[in-house]
Amino acid sequence: MLKYILRRLAYAVPIIIGVNVITALLFFYINTPDDIARRMLGEKNVTPELVDNWKKERGYDLPLFLNTKESGLSVLTQTIFVQRSAPLLWLDFGRSDRNNVAIGEEIRTRMWPSLAIAVPTFILAILIELTLAMIIAFMRSTYIDRWGVVVCVAAMSISTLFYIIGGQYMFGKILKLVPISGYDSGMHALKFVLLPVIVGVVGAVGVSVRFYRTVFLEELGKDFVRTARAKGLSETAVLFKHTLKNAMIPVLTNVVVSLPFLFYGSLIMENFFAIPGLGSFMIDAINAQDFAIVRSMVYLGSLLYITGLILTDISYTLVDPRVRLE
Amino acid sequence: MRISSKIRLIIIIASFAALNSCTPNNPYRSEEKHENTLYSTFDEVPKHMDPARSYSENEYAIIAQIYEPPLEYHYLKRPYELIPLTLTKLPEPAYYDKAGKRLGSNATPEAVARAEYDLIIKKGLMYQDHPALAKNADSTPVYANIKASELRGINGPDDFKLKATRELTADDYIYAVMRLADPKIGSPIAPILSQYILGFDEFSASVGKEIKAIREERKKAAGATYNRTEDEKKNPIRIDYSKHEFKGLKKTGTHSFKIILKRKYPQFSYWLAMPFFAPMPKEADVFYNQPALADKNITLDRFPIGTGPYFMKTLNPRKEIVLEKNPHYSNGFYPTEGEAGDKEAGLLKDAGKPLPLVSKIVMKLEIEAIPRWNKFLQGYYDLSGITSDSFDAAVAFGGKGVVEPSDEMKKKGIALVTLVKPSSYFHIFNMNDKTVGGYSEEKKKLRRAISIALDQEEFIEIFTNGRGVAAMTPIPPKIFGYEEGSAGINPLTHEWDATLQRPKRKSLDEAKRLLKEAGYPDGRDKTGRPLTITFDNAWTGAESAQHINWYIKQFAKLGISLVNRTTDGNRFQEKMTNGDFQFAFWGWNADYPDPENFMFLLYGPNGKVKFKGENGANYSSAEFDRLFKIMENMDNSGERLEIIRRMNEIAREDAPWAFGYHPVSFTLKHGWAGNYKPNAMANNEMKYYGLDALERAKMRDAWNRPVVWPVIAVLLLLVISALPAIMAVKKKFGAQAKRN
Repeated sequence: MLKYILRRLAYAVPIIIGVNVITALLFFYINTPDDIARRMLGEKNVTPELVDNWKKERGYDLPLFLNTKESGLSVLTQTIFVQRSAPLLWLDFGRSDRNNVAIGEEIRTRMWPSLAIAVPTFILAILIELTLAMIIAFMRSTYIDRWGVVVCVAAMSISTLFYIIGGQYMFGKILKLVPISGYDSGMHALKFVLLPVIVGVVGAVGVSVRFYRTVFLEELGKDFVRTARAKGLSETAVLFKHTLKNAMIPVLTNVVVSLPFLFYGSLIMENFFAIPGLGSFMIDAINAQDFAIVRSMVYLGSLLYITGLILTDISYTLVDPRVRLE
Repeated sequence: MRISSKIRLIIIIASFAALNSCTPNNPYRSEEKHENTLYSTFDEVPKHMDPARSYSENEYAIIAQIYEPPLEYHYLKRPYELIPLTLTKLPEPAYYDKAGKRLGSNATPEAVARAEYDLIIKKGLMYQDHPALAKNADSTPVYANIKASELRGINGPDDFKLKATRELTADDYIYAVMRLADPKIGSPIAPILSQYILGFDEFSASVGKEIKAIREERKKAAGATYNRTEDEKKNPIRIDYSKHEFKGLKKTGTHSFKIILKRKYPQFSYWLAMPFFAPMPKEADVFYNQPALADKNITLDRFPIGTGPYFMKTLNPRKEIVLEKNPHYSNGFYPTEGEAGDKEAGLLKDAGKPLPLVSKIVMKLEIEAIPRWNKFLQGYYDLSGITSDSFDAAVAFGGKGVVEPSDEMKKKGIALVTLVKPSSYFHIFNMNDKTVGGYSEEKKKLRRAISIALDQEEFIEIFTNGRGVAAMTPIPPKIFGYEEGSAGINPLTHEWDATLQRPKRKSLDEAKRLLKEAGYPDGRDKTGRPLTITFDNAWTGAESAQHINWYIKQFAKLGISLVNRTTDGNRFQEKMTNGDFQFAFWGWNADYPDPENFMFLLYGPNGKVKFKGENGANYSSAEFDRLFKIMENMDNSGERLEIIRRMNEIAREDAPWAFGYHPVSFTLKHGWAGNYKPNAMANNEMKYYGLDALERAKMRDAWNRPVVWPVIAVLLLLVISALPAIMAVKKKFGAQAKRN
């Protein structure tokens, strides 16, 4: 397995370099360093000298990929791409273009509030989704199945925004049971986390229950279920031990790959509930044309995605002995 | 079993009773309940809090409570009046000619070769406690070489064990002005100041030269692996300003210094009231310029150090900013006089009290308007703006169209305060364009016809809920040169309605007549094709389509075809800079309350294409420019007003702009929040705010009693309706088990 993991990690290197090159190309195709400088300097009294000075101070006065004014290796190294991307290799994210903030520190600080919402939402949602999906699948072709599917379709058709605003209106404004928005540290965070978690779970249940129901239905019709029942196993054992275990591959594909992204947070949820997380970090950076943050987050995203895929592969071996990673 | 059920019941009842007796929706900790804390919001994370860099309203709302520039605006008086803040008196410029001979205060700009401002600082003004000021016995800084390992648990200057204060001196102001010229800092007003302050450019060039030399040396040493940003992150460049000459700055004593200008510039006093001129202790630059601190995001751009009424206690830009009273502050009392009506409005009841009145300010980040508004209604914020969504619920129009709070707001004791902002929105015609530009009579008539057709009163009504005043000149209300009533109207686009006592836009027939005289009868050119004008903008928001459609309809009233050219912000700026547009929407917020700060937007040598200035229309009129040069150096007087009137006439006649409107801000405040009077120029107004924290706590309790029964009812209903399903599942489980 170690060999396999090392091989996968080796494959990741060109992918990550490729992602960086494409990010830089796309970003600078849309925004020239002059555009970025003008955007950062605002609209008042922006002179060409200020623009030039801004670029010089942040290394945007260099060419993007090739510096023909230099010689030797400097042709490659004295460029925006290398100067900005090389430190990423040792996870040095540098400083933001907008306000010179240390990006690494910002990620470290903001990931915790995002996790405080995402982790309980994720765990609760998985538990509820799997249980409900299994019951609905078990009650196939009964009114519970039909109504379960109807409710799921209705739940997934409603926008998350509706759940958020509706939840804030009902529980925060009308019933006054939880704060409408905000965040606090430590145990004080509990009352702020409650509503976003409920909203997150309710918003996610519809789609996932339908998906898992399909997975379970397929498994319930298989011979091993019939065999288990024929052996005289209780229905609980058949469902939760045999069926669930055999349905784990698609479930894990869905679940494990999303694990590393939990700390990324949710843009809408965090904005509405005023959670100081990472949810809007990337979007704000794109809007502000902050290349330093965009490339850092894209880089981190690609690392996490690769990690998620490797973890998924490893998790397959844990639930299915037929899977061998070679 | 029975006992445990009883206990369970008692616990449940007690929990609900406890829930009912408190306010679980309170977003603050219970110990804060009776604190004299002002709760406010911000909706955009501040970009810069270094006074040399910061140049936006949302940043000033924070740093102006901490930093103290030499001057400030009187909180209550209108028109806006400059008063000393850290100075003993307002500086009177001394003018000198080329020979060094002293001139009178009414000297002509041409005669003035040097203007000297003597600034004398009050004694005994102290900085907030700050680790940068903590010194060892040998006067060396305590925190001079901080390592990352020493910063565990430290998130800001307030977390450091050792902090100290010291007195404000002239050196701090001199250092601050030097920072404005430092190219590494890149102050946004450096290009403006370089035109006026003697030696500014030379100092800047000299510092720039040293920075360049250091970089070249480092590059040479590192070779191909040299990475400028990484290198300066680990080893920041430290420049000793004292090695560079700055001719325009002279220290005349521990508490006095001189700023020398190259020419007469009466508006310079206004700049002295902006945070750019706030003092900066050299120790702060030394302290913050340490890599370990920068890596922890503890920088001068995030943590101000000032002598003001507050200091920054906590900064979590994605959550909150907390300012606390500076214990060393003793520089000010609540004003004892204001303008007419202030006393009756209760704005003088704290007259003479030492400032600040509120001991803590908590600013919460609220990006979305709905939660912000609801929390204001629950009493958790003391002040609130009004968005379009909540406008109808918040505001009512009483008799004679008087704006007042709605009945719901009145019931809660909420008051409405309005302010015409010192801003101007306008439409610009590209004067270099062949179709809409030029100075011939036909072209002027074409632009005037469009100006009449663009019904700003309708725009204000539809898109801003009436929160605006149709503009008649570039100058907004409350700024010298703005005239109320019939004297102030633009006679080419409006006439005075004597019955309603307000301006009335001229009829469309008048616009059509002008258009015909311009060579476009019914909006068609000589070939019979409709006149087509392009409209450049960067509007991409939710309301942009409605805005653009409105413009198309206004032009269609004249038969002119308006072609929309929406683009992104960068391309739009590029088009403006290159003059590649015909018609566009533009705006300007005043830096200071002087007509010069608006009229310069039409001054020829400020043309955007030729001179990269702020005259986006690229308008050029020899007479207007001549009058501007006279007006800009004058004190407010009848003579100055006459010149402004003449300038207005020229601008209206040539019509390089179709005047838009001056926005009006509406603010709601709870009954317990006192002394709130919006001041568009002063940024440090929070020190004047008052609070009745007990009243607030009482009202919050009354407004936020939790309602528990619907939750119990819904839960019961859910259980009851789920029962058949549970039984069906149980039954099927049982049946399966039996079969097995």
